[in-house]
Amino acid sequence: MTEPVLSVKSLRVEFATRRGVLRAIDDISFDIAKGEVLGVVGESGAGKSVTGNAVIGLIDLPGRIASGEIRLSGLRIDNLSVEELRRIRGKRIGMIFQDPLTSLNPLYKVGDQITETIRAHSDVSESAARKRAIELLAEVGIPAPEKRIDAYPHEFSGGMRQRVVIALAICADPELIIADEPTTALDVSVQAQIISLIRRLGRDHGTAVMLVTHDMGVIAETCDRVAVMYSGRIAEIGPVQDVIRNPLHPYAKGLMGAIPTLAIEAERLVQIPGSMPRLSAIPPGCAFNPRCASAFDRCRVERPEPIPCGEQRVACHLYDGEPAKKDHAA
Amino acid sequence: MIAFALRRVIQAIGVMLAVGVIAFSMFRFAGDPVSQIVSIDTLAAERAEVRKSLGLDDPILVQFGRYFANAAQFKFGVSYQFRQPVSSLLKERMPATLELATCATIFALVFGILMGVYSALRRDSILAKLFQAVSLIGISLPTFLIGILLIYLFAVILGWLPSYGRGDVVRIGWWTTGLLTVSGLKALVMPAITLGLFQMTLIMRLVRAEMLEVLRTDYIRFARARGLTTRAIHFGHALKNTLVPVITVAGLQFGSVIAFAIITETVFQWPGMGLLFVQAIQNVDIPIMAAYLLVVSVIFVTINLIVDILYTIVDPRLRSTISRQA
Ligand SMILES: Nc1ncnc2c1ncn2[C@@H]1O[C@H](COP(=O)(O)OP(=O)(O)OP(=O)(O)O)[C@@H](O)[C@H]1O
Ligand code: SF4
Ligand SMILES: [Mg+2]
Repeated sequence: MTEPVLSVKSLRVEFATRRGVLRAIDDISFDIAKGEVLGVVGESGAGKSVTGNAVIGLIDLPGRIASGEIRLSGLRIDNLSVEELRRIRGKRIGMIFQDPLTSLNPLYKVGDQITETIRAHSDVSESAARKRAIELLAEVGIPAPEKRIDAYPHEFSGGMRQRVVIALAICADPELIIADEPTTALDVSVQAQIISLIRRLGRDHGTAVMLVTHDMGVIAETCDRVAVMYSGRIAEIGPVQDVIRNPLHPYAKGLMGAIPTLAIEAERLVQIPGSMPRLSAIPPGCAFNPRCASAFDRCRVERPEPIPCGEQRVACHLYDGEPAKKDHAA
Repeated sequence: MIAFALRRVIQAIGVMLAVGVIAFSMFRFAGDPVSQIVSIDTLAAERAEVRKSLGLDDPILVQFGRYFANAAQFKFGVSYQFRQPVSSLLKERMPATLELATCATIFALVFGILMGVYSALRRDSILAKLFQAVSLIGISLPTFLIGILLIYLFAVILGWLPSYGRGDVVRIGWWTTGLLTVSGLKALVMPAITLGLFQMTLIMRLVRAEMLEVLRTDYIRFARARGLTTRAIHFGHALKNTLVPVITVAGLQFGSVIAFAIITETVFQWPGMGLLFVQAIQNVDIPIMAAYLLVVSVIFVTINLIVDILYTIVDPRLRSTISRQA
């Protein structure tokens, strides 16, 4: 088996706040293979962004990685020095944020921001970097790139700006792209274009993609696998078709039940009664138990560990003891 | 852009007209100018003669028009106390004030920005906390007190710097400069610091707050995610965005530096326009007071204009809104 591009093992992220230590990410593990798109879904506050930030080493203070490890193509990156990490960010991992309107520095021409990024990671001349920047703008579908390269961010529409952001994310041909809700702030009409652009770039370059989204329709159309997060843990992870057609975790079932038709526009995740507990008030046992229709005694005392079920992995006591697969996760 | 500049120039002229009205009306409300000129035992006929020769018998509007037309050519009449044209008095004093104000502003900008950036980037360091404490003192202590303390320390106790005057000056055309002699530079140090201290603390606090704000923005976060060096992020991206609002404040502060110079010049007996103005007040020398008002407001308005234009050069967003409006 070839090495996954991204491998996260037993990751814990904690925020040392005044009210005590909050564990935002609690023991999650997942891999993303070369060319694979992993979708990450879950309610607001589930820990999707913190996971992405942990991978790229940009957790906001007072947060820190408390334990676990993150490997990029085999190289451990969670304990690198600031400078080593900087060399990886933008070069081997590209990041796309939610709001293209605020992701670009308003005072610099987009071309300058691109060439600056290229030159931060490779030793090329200004003119070579500029040439590459024009190619990149063309690749992400910006018309007349040789003219637009000298425009300022505010001279682009939202969708075009997100294309510039994507060009910035891929300018050093990274192995991994982390896209944190890349279309949430955009007009509905351009959302599909941006998603298919990310998908196409991933395919063309064999890039692994971690795509955080609230849109189940996007997950169904573009992802190979999907991870459903709840309260800082992965409730269920598996091939997208399996998880959508046959969700195992009661929370995932609720989510999938909320998709009207998989084909076109899917609605935002909601529709499960109750709300996710705050980090300071996570109930003992399974964090989902107050909202779970299938909860039983064990759920209130013991935390479910991920159990492999076919291609899927599910953290729910309902599937424990099932004569499933022998390759129990260590 | 041109339409924008033109509109600003017209606004500036409007402001100057208004100031002109105020300056002119000082003549009318501050007592009879004739009695300032003539001695107490002058005959009424002689007084009338003087009155007529000064044009004080003409209708108000004519007088104002004449005053303004003259002022536009830097003719401000004759000083009551010195019996000299006000314009030549001002011309003589202006270099001292402008050099002092410019040095004070440069001092305030350089140290204000350096200290502000430092205390934003090293927020928890001891030095940053010290800067904050010192800035509180700078803001709360009155200018004259700072000046007197400095004089006491550096002139009286240590004897390093002169306590008053401008030192030796070099004449370049009609301009006199103290920047080219050692005694001139020495004499400049304390007044410039005294005058600039308040602005420095102001700019430092502004830069610090602004920079902390900018460091929290998405584009800085994205710049980090792009793997730019900390240096490029802090001193390229963050600093440039921080300085946009600082330009405005610093520009406007230059105007108030010139205004505050009155106090500093008095404390240090600095031979500038401020000192001239204070002496003029003591002697009810209206032509000088009015001219000072006009000159200072010309400087104010000009700086405002420059700041506006500078602002549009730095901020591309503004540039395109302006060209869209025009
Ligand atoms: N700087 C911080 N300080 C304290 N807690 C934080 C901080 N950043 C995130 N958290 C906590 O971590 C948890 C996960 O947040 P995260 O931003 O990852 O959620 P998310 O799944 O991305 O949600 P959304 O869909 O709203 O983006 C939240 O409960 C949040 O309160
Ligand atoms: S472990 Fe229990 S409470 Fe949690 S999802 Fe499964 S059945 Fe529901
Ligand atoms: Mg998020």
